[in-house]
Amino acid sequence: MSVVNQLASNPILIQIDHLCKAYELIDRSGELINQPVLLNINLTINQGEFVAIMGHSGSGKSTLMNILGCLDTPTSGRYLLSGCDVAAMNSNELAHIRNQNIGFVFQSFNLLKRMTALENVAIPLLYAGIGRKESLKRSQEMLTLIGLGKYRDHLPNQLSGGQQQRVAISRALINQPQLLLADEPTGNLDTQTSHDIMTLFTQLNRNQGITIVLITHENDIASYAHRLIRLKDGHLVQNEVKLSN
Amino acid sequence: MNLFVIIGEALRALKLNRLRTGLTMLGMIIGVAAVVLMLSIGQGAQININNTIASMGSHLLIIVPGATSSGGLRFGSGSVRTLTISDAQAVAELSSIEATAPVISGIAQLSYSSNNWSTSITGITPDYFSVSNWELADGSIFADTDLRSAIRVAVLGSVTAENLFGNEDPIGKTFRISNKPFLVVGILAVKGQSLSGRDQDDNVFVPITTAQRQILGNQFPGSINHMLVQAKSSDTLDEAEAEITQLLRQRHRIADKMENDFTVRNLTALATVASTTAKVMAWMLGSIASISLLVGGIGIMNIMLVSVTERTREIGIRMAIGASYRVILMQFLLEALVICILGGLMGVALGIGGAWMVSQSTDMPIVVTFNMIGLAFIFVTVIGIFFGFYPARKAAALKPVDALRYE
Repeated sequence: MSVVNQLASNPILIQIDHLCKAYELIDRSGELINQPVLLNINLTINQGEFVAIMGHSGSGKSTLMNILGCLDTPTSGRYLLSGCDVAAMNSNELAHIRNQNIGFVFQSFNLLKRMTALENVAIPLLYAGIGRKESLKRSQEMLTLIGLGKYRDHLPNQLSGGQQQRVAISRALINQPQLLLADEPTGNLDTQTSHDIMTLFTQLNRNQGITIVLITHENDIASYAHRLIRLKDGHLVQNEVKLSN
Repeated sequence: MNLFVIIGEALRALKLNRLRTGLTMLGMIIGVAAVVLMLSIGQGAQININNTIASMGSHLLIIVPGATSSGGLRFGSGSVRTLTISDAQAVAELSSIEATAPVISGIAQLSYSSNNWSTSITGITPDYFSVSNWELADGSIFADTDLRSAIRVAVLGSVTAENLFGNEDPIGKTFRISNKPFLVVGILAVKGQSLSGRDQDDNVFVPITTAQRQILGNQFPGSINHMLVQAKSSDTLDEAEAEITQLLRQRHRIADKMENDFTVRNLTALATVASTTAKVMAWMLGSIASISLLVGGIGIMNIMLVSVTERTREIGIRMAIGASYRVILMQFLLEALVICILGGLMGVALGIGGAWMVSQSTDMPIVVTFNMIGLAFIFVTVIGIFFGFYPARKAAALKPVDALRYE
């Protein structure tokens, strides 16, 4: 719980210093190859920001996102999430952070196929130790809020892409995280639905003060954000706050 | 995360793959059923033997004539009747002996109205019934006075009575043994097979004197086939054996270097060996059956490994939304455990059913005890944890980023 309290009181949410990430691969001849993905990234994101990360495929943006989301660990450098060094945490603490402080939205939605919309939304609550009844009740409220109340008993494959992504967003928000990480959330959606989802993000950011970090390679999606970060071949090449919008 | 919620999740995951779950469970079901069935058959056999031992009478010794030689000719055991009624009487006087029962036996033809039946005739003293634990079903046994006057009375075993008299009440009826009329005074209760498999209920008991003089036409007056000796207690059996040997050697005037012309056998010891053998057999059958449980366990591990691989992405998603190592571990471990325990339950039911069918189709008593059900359950749980742990740990130890990226 101490982590949560600290997160709430610190205006700087994410601070990254000299962060590097390299993968060790074994090539065909059996030799170990050190494949650098992120090189010396320095980045600070304040609470309540709406940031878009852009870059070509292979530029390292997904890797950066995974590290930000505590799904992956940096090879070197420092990542402070609200002043806490993530590298010093064990897997249980990381799981707790992912559960309580971070919400994920993926390009392919990543809903559990065999569970209804309601159950999908409820899982993070169950992991947080909240009883099944209470979890389902809160999930129902969340789905209603997001406009999918009557789809509660539908399985993911009975929902449209936009509906699935909204279920995924509900799931990401159910534990009221400070940080919402979205990895190409509109990549599998049509233009209209994409803009609906982005409008939802904007509202969440504006009304609830949720910090949003978004990966996209579409300029018009990125334009919803207030700050644009561009990666190229593992380097941070652009980091500017947009004045308009 | 609440344990009940995880169990619910496990049940749901298993339900989604009914055929696979069912087949995996079948391994457990068969294994547990086999263990329960084998143990219960073994237990039944042991109880069977214990009943036989109890029916033989307690702390019994049996003395049979031994090999002998006379004037350079050697005779095998039993070919010369070296034991006599007076030997029996002398043995009965020993301090460690409760009672003796001299027995003379042979085979004769019985007849009653139009029925006839050939069976063994046993000449005995009234003590025989108590020494070898016979109970009367009807009528009475003959008395010492009947013995002295060698009158023609008989006590019938239940099988003989049924074969000779059918539905009639034999008490007070007269039938013939080797054409001589005998009065039925008593019917014995059912005792079943002896350790050697002989039907003890197919027998006619007559006073030993009557048998000697009137039926079996013995050329050595006073000699007997064998005698049963009941010691005062099971602790004094060895002592009794020594005393008897000493006494009989003395009575038979056997020189120091000569071998005994009789053999003292400890029936209880023989029976104990048989009982131990049955116990060993039961455990052996049980352990062979438990190998099938082991195979079932390997099946579970196999399926769980496949399941973990198939659901790698699901594991990744669960980790991304906050599932800890412990939650993933428990989820998969409980799936394995649920398979084992449900399979165990069904296996116990099948085993009991099988045991019941065996007991219906054979005469064997089948015994299912809570101990063996408990044992089967402990075994099943241990197998579930043992074979479920490795796949579960493999799932829990996945790196979230790798699991999420898995296609």
